[in-house]
Amino acid sequence: MTTMEKTANVPEPRATDDGGTPLLEVRDLHVEFHTRDGVAKAVNGVNYSVNAGETLAVLGESGSGKSVTAQAIMGILDMPPGKIPQGEILFRGQDMLKMSAEERRKLRGSKIAMIFQDALSSLNPVLSVGYQLGEMFRVHQGLSKKEARAKAVELMDRVRIPAAKERVNDYPHQFSGGMRQRIMIAMALALEPDLIIADEPTTALDVTVQAQVMDLLAELQREYNMGLILITHDLGVVADVADKIAVMYAGRIVETAPVGELYKRPAHPYTRGLLDSIPRLDQKGQELYAIKGLPPNLLNIPTGCAFNPRCPKAQDICRTETPALAPVTEADGSELTGRGSACHFWKETIHG
Amino acid sequence: MAETAENHEVSDVVPSTAETTAEVEAVLDAPVDRGEPILQVRNLVKHFPLTQGILFKKQIGAVKAVDGISFDLYKGETLGIVGESGCGKSTVAKLLMTLETATSGEVFYKGQDITRLSGRALKAVRRNIQMVFQDPYTSLNPRMTVGDIIGEPFDIHPEVAPKGDRRKRVQELLDVVGLNPEYINRYPHQFSGGQRQRIGIARGLALNPEVIICDEPVSALDVSVQAQVINLMGKLQDEFELSYVFIAHDLSIVRHISDRVGVMYLGKMAEIGTDSEIYDHPTHPYTQALLSAVPVPDPAAREGRDRIILTGDVPSPANPPSGCRFRTRCWKAQDKCAEEVPLLAVPEVFAGKKTLAAHESACHFAEERDVVHAA
Amino acid sequence: MPEKTLPHETTTPEAVSTALKSGAGKPRSLGQDAWRELRGSWLFWASGVLLILFIVMAAFPSLFTDVDPRQADLRGHYLAPPNWSHIFEGDWFGYNGQGQSVYARTVHGARASIIVGVCVTLAVTVVGGFVGMLAGYFGGWVDALLSRLTDIFFGIPLLLGALTLLQAFTHRTAWTVSLGLATFGWMQIARVMRGAVITQKQADFVTAARALGAGTGRILLRHILPNVIGPVIVVATIALGGYISTEATLSYLGIGLQDPVVSWGVDISAAQSQLRDAPHVLLVPASFLSLTVLAFILLGDAVRDALDPKLR
Repeated sequence: MTTMEKTANVPEPRATDDGGTPLLEVRDLHVEFHTRDGVAKAVNGVNYSVNAGETLAVLGESGSGKSVTAQAIMGILDMPPGKIPQGEILFRGQDMLKMSAEERRKLRGSKIAMIFQDALSSLNPVLSVGYQLGEMFRVHQGLSKKEARAKAVELMDRVRIPAAKERVNDYPHQFSGGMRQRIMIAMALALEPDLIIADEPTTALDVTVQAQVMDLLAELQREYNMGLILITHDLGVVADVADKIAVMYAGRIVETAPVGELYKRPAHPYTRGLLDSIPRLDQKGQELYAIKGLPPNLLNIPTGCAFNPRCPKAQDICRTETPALAPVTEADGSELTGRGSACHFWKETIHG
Repeated sequence: MAETAENHEVSDVVPSTAETTAEVEAVLDAPVDRGEPILQVRNLVKHFPLTQGILFKKQIGAVKAVDGISFDLYKGETLGIVGESGCGKSTVAKLLMTLETATSGEVFYKGQDITRLSGRALKAVRRNIQMVFQDPYTSLNPRMTVGDIIGEPFDIHPEVAPKGDRRKRVQELLDVVGLNPEYINRYPHQFSGGQRQRIGIARGLALNPEVIICDEPVSALDVSVQAQVINLMGKLQDEFELSYVFIAHDLSIVRHISDRVGVMYLGKMAEIGTDSEIYDHPTHPYTQALLSAVPVPDPAAREGRDRIILTGDVPSPANPPSGCRFRTRCWKAQDKCAEEVPLLAVPEVFAGKKTLAAHESACHFAEERDVVHAA
Repeated sequence: MPEKTLPHETTTPEAVSTALKSGAGKPRSLGQDAWRELRGSWLFWASGVLLILFIVMAAFPSLFTDVDPRQADLRGHYLAPPNWSHIFEGDWFGYNGQGQSVYARTVHGARASIIVGVCVTLAVTVVGGFVGMLAGYFGGWVDALLSRLTDIFFGIPLLLGALTLLQAFTHRTAWTVSLGLATFGWMQIARVMRGAVITQKQADFVTAARALGAGTGRILLRHILPNVIGPVIVVATIALGGYISTEATLSYLGIGLQDPVVSWGVDISAAQSQLRDAPHVLLVPASFLSLTVLAFILLGDAVRDALDPKLR
């Protein structure tokens, strides 16, 4: 039982023998939904990549396409009504969209795992958590019932659920929200995946528990050297754990940046507006800056830059030409690694 | 747990960095004239009985959702109430609205106890205390037009607006909350979340109330829309001299909008004071932990911050710990905390001192610790 | 606060309304949405056309035939088979054992069946809806009492109950049969209604109405009823078909409608002994009965699909 040994002890860091290929790369991904009222364009050409041990935060509001992208990566998109008309999702250089259903199923859980927002509805209420955790080992590794249960206890210990041995036979509703989210994390970790996608993992939790869960996730990620895609709408959570950020709006990435840079000098008016519109704990202001208007209707995305009706900097060009995600540089032209902005006026936004 | 406690013991009492002493004294010396309180809440208790059996119900216990809460609300001010889920803050909202019957305790509206009112007297009070709900998707009747929803208060209280006037009043209200008055005949599902919350606010305003209880009014909204609604609420408060009880779990938003803040834990008030007293000079360990856990949208600040990570979860309100309810998660807990319930009062160490730390805090071992400002 | 280089902009009504214009169209109630959905459903149109045909038949039988259904000509027409050459003369479905026109009798029989179906459904919806609403809204002992009452009635099979009750009447018309069926048929609606009311009474908009000081009547009629009526209509429409066939069963058993009332059940009952010699006498009223029942059930299904956005 070598595999058993491996989880019991701290696993050795993964060899990075992939020679520069990112762990996961999304290229020009499009997703649309065919509804009664027309075609909703949820994702319109998204590009991003994650390396082993790296945390990419995908930030966006409801309807920005951040969760749909994740579902497309996991292969759990409802099709129909969903449809992927173009794009590639490369896992270690292999296009997952071209794989057979069976190949993808094998990747799910063992190589790529997902953590959902609502742990209560993601766990089966009529099965004990021990059974659900053990299921991963029975299905993917063919362990016996007893062995699987032992592994389940071990996993619960790893995510620091107190008295794991006694609680392994409890049912999901007997755990608190924070504990359930730990169980979800344990399930995602079970087969030591290379990549974890966490979709709003702490949104449903209280702040004091949020911090515990986020810390646990970050720690385990370091330990296993996993790639992590953190999907969230919370600028605060992102600041605490992410390495780099992709900001999404109306199905596109409007800005990418290393985490510190984004908060210091946003290069897209939308990011800037978001940062200005959140109240701060340590300061009391008079009136909040508010981005005017409403998020776009995906059935009818404005032409040109999708943000133009709400943008204080919008000019005629913004209404006609869709800006590409262009590299952002210093005022003197020197390079800023990892930065990009899909704004015609990024120079003015960041430098002036 | 022990580790966390030790780490913090050394540098526990941090001098206030937020203001100079002179400024603090100026604040403290300024005469506090809030006038007569509009709402006075005294020892409010709500226990939900736990029963067994279907036909012949037997009480086997009680969920102590709210267990002795007292506070005042003054005219034109905003009192924020923060706490985690299950702390009883939403039950407080329902009790203030008399949507639930209090187990004991009183809520005085201009000197009259409203918890025991019924019939016409209750209806009259309801005109003056209104509510804005959390979920803009369930708080509007999907079968009614916006005009009917906002106009319903006038149907129920016909004395407020004569019949011929109502349509105009509804359109005015739509305008006040920033919606196009022409949309009076639309249905709620034709609006986005933020717009629906504006409709909910318009309904709350219709009767010209003096107090509005807001139960998590923006937590279901997108970040960019939250700011719009918060600004609207601020504007309306000035315009109509409203008093808000603003219940939320988001500490940053509460600070932004509130004049005073109360922190609840397991059905009790842990600490209450002005926004600066609570956020810059917290003395209750729970408040400190709560504040330090708030993720700050500033990576530069993530290094220098004093973070307290609590262990464990909130205990069940059906079976709260003895003495201080926070003691099971508190790093300072001692025997005294299990035996004696700490009272909500200005702690002895600060009594009579000219400092913003001298505000009501229900802790035996209250000390000041600034967790919000980076060291 | 962070340095703000962006201008302060509060939302103006114009900004919001222009944004709204791009999204929402004209006022559209959920009912109108359901209608839009129904318009595109062939099930709805097929069942609707059939039902209109039957209802017109019940209301104005003379539009379809001028032959008197009670007029008997034993010598000339005893069990005469369908005669396709007389397709416009009212005897194209042949004649029964009394020498009466099967076509004329079937056309005239629609009235009794549809009256019974509609009356029972109306009565059941009103009684069951009322009981379910009170039980669901008030809860406590009211609910305990009404729910147990519902359970007791549930214990009595519809057919058996109606049989027993109708025994007491020597002269039975469509009205008495309706009464018999309604007495033992209201429980299903009561249960559906109770469940729906319990769900809706916890909705925030009901709490909001209470917070405004709305009375029980207003809450029930303005807020709860419009939101629970959908599933009740669906259940009632589907049940309507069932009542029509139960009426036929009762008549078949000789305890429902009686000669000289013309009804499908009575005719089916009379035709059974001649099934071998003249199957048309049985098949014609039986097919009409099945079609009507089917049409109501299909209509109920179509309406449910249209009202339930989750199925879209």
